[in-house]
Amino acid sequence: MAGNGAHGDDPDVHGKFGIFGGRFVPEALIPALDEVAAVYEKAKNDAEFIREFDHLLRTYAGRPTTLTDVPRFSEQAGGARIILKREDLTHTGAHKINNVLGQALLTKRLGKKRVIAETGAGQHGVATATAAALLGLECVIYMGAVDCERQALNVARMKLLGAKVIPVTNGSQTLKDAINEAFRDWVTNVDTTHYLFGTVAGPHPFPEIVRDFARIIGVEARRQMLELTGGLPDAVCAAVGGGSNAIGIFHAFIGDEGVQLHGYEAAGRGLETGEHALTLTSGSVGVLHGSRTYVLQDDEGQTIESHSISAGLDYPGVGPEHAWLKDSGRATYHGVTDDEAMAAFSLLARTEGIIPAIESSHALAGALELGRELGPEATILVNLSGRGDKDMGTAMKYFNL
Amino acid sequence: MTTLQTVFAKAKADNRAALVGYLPAGFPSKGGDVAAAAALVEAGCDVIEIGLPYSDPLMDGPTIQDAVHRSLTNGTRIADVLRTVEGVAATGAATLVMTYWNPIDKYGAERFARDLANAGGVGTITPDLTPEESEPWRAASAGAGIDTVFLVAPSSTEQRIKAVVDCCTGFVYAASLMGVTGARESVNSAAEGLVQRTRAHTDLPVCVGLGVGTGAQAAEVAAYADGVIVGSAFIRRILDAPDEAAGRASIGQLAGDMAQGVRR
Repeated sequence: MAGNGAHGDDPDVHGKFGIFGGRFVPEALIPALDEVAAVYEKAKNDAEFIREFDHLLRTYAGRPTTLTDVPRFSEQAGGARIILKREDLTHTGAHKINNVLGQALLTKRLGKKRVIAETGAGQHGVATATAAALLGLECVIYMGAVDCERQALNVARMKLLGAKVIPVTNGSQTLKDAINEAFRDWVTNVDTTHYLFGTVAGPHPFPEIVRDFARIIGVEARRQMLELTGGLPDAVCAAVGGGSNAIGIFHAFIGDEGVQLHGYEAAGRGLETGEHALTLTSGSVGVLHGSRTYVLQDDEGQTIESHSISAGLDYPGVGPEHAWLKDSGRATYHGVTDDEAMAAFSLLARTEGIIPAIESSHALAGALELGRELGPEATILVNLSGRGDKDMGTAMKYFNL
Repeated sequence: MTTLQTVFAKAKADNRAALVGYLPAGFPSKGGDVAAAAALVEAGCDVIEIGLPYSDPLMDGPTIQDAVHRSLTNGTRIADVLRTVEGVAATGAATLVMTYWNPIDKYGAERFARDLANAGGVGTITPDLTPEESEPWRAASAGAGIDTVFLVAPSSTEQRIKAVVDCCTGFVYAASLMGVTGARESVNSAAEGLVQRTRAHTDLPVCVGLGVGTGAQAAEVAAYADGVIVGSAFIRRILDAPDEAAGRASIGQLAGDMAQGVRR
């Protein structure tokens, strides 16, 4: 049942969250999007689908993931209590597994045998290849050539899992261009193929579907916080590229007015350098990849290439629900530079023995600053969206290891 | 100014299909674009689509992506697109702009419609603007007196075809296949059925694009459509030519073959 686009609700019948979202795609794709929306609408109310999804989450993905107190790390946050939601402990090592298992089940219901996906850091690509292997689906992953190079380990993992990885050499050769290429594949092969979209962006119904499959993160975390601390956190922090891990953890707390929601985008080398991915904090409203949202664009609507040390945040668009949360003031978005993120990356590793994804390190850096602002009584929940194994190449270069 | 209505009425009176040629503004160079389009008009194209180069052309295949990338690298901006339209319209061809939605959205719908009309443009084709999102653009276009062309696809349901043609003025763009732009060895057989299905919902001319690259293919499509749209095949020839003059000669020859094709 479509909602009214209000906070925490489903989007309206046109896939809008306020003025954001919708569909800006070639007509050829509209029937496929309608089909996905209809099959999903039925599936989400089908006890058998819910049971299957839940079963896979528990027995395959490793849910529920735990909460972890990080007291030594928290010392750097002015004593505020930082608690991590450990999505890094899921199978394949990132929150992406939740969405792909849901959409892989949906692919079966669509009667399609082939999935395509885009990937930046490789987390979504690896997760998709994993789910495809599990459910016997042919799998093709589009990945920017630049990202293929900086995430070589994940390319190898995808290949080992039986996926075909196609390096995209157009444009900036990163996530944005991988999405364009995946759309081109989809429009050509839509009869046999489901586009297993990896984040809460893109045309309706993807922002809603990906959010719903990712929202288990927040649902678990909210319950676990009540059990662990007897109350809700003062703030929830998450990194924002396309925005799936952030919506995943934010969603269960949107109705809790006392809980601040903070999203952290990649400020890259700094706003003033122009080399960043500050879509929400410095972009403007436009259309990219089928959705109206905040976009990094010039004065004539040409997309500006983003930059981040984290391939997963290197994206000039963002999910429309985040745009809505920003404009309404329910969530606040900030920038974290490459250097700040890498400092938090290193700090968590040394103080707690946890190597986080560089994406997640942006949220960790944000939480440190937020903790100093909120004071020692504050409790801050951070979505540790993925583990850092895939980022070791970047870390080795950055820290001269 | 030649309008789409007069073009299609004349073609119908001549018992033939109209020939529509596509080239991006700023390609093969600023200034060279008008000359290239003029070569198409001289060889028999009735309508010219000037592409507005966009950074993320998700419906375009490698040939158009390449041309658009070169155009953007050359610094083509919307003012250049409008100047190109002005130059091409001066040749007497009905001149449209084909553009993804975001550049118009950012420029301002009313401003773009007005500036395009002032440049002599007769309308737009907007491949990623759906009927549901099109109301502001249709209102702005109507205010400026320019046409709005939207796409139907082989996958479109009857309901979708109706929704799309209800938003169209000028003509309806029937995508011959499920896929991106680019010349193909054969024109998809789905095209004819799509034209027939579209005609059941509108009296507007129906033009077929995507995958047409030879005079014979143009003749084949002209047998059942009101217009034949060609883009990538011209661009391929320009890309393969040693210089702009040779490129113009080459596309002139191909357009000539196609102009004969639509008259068979």
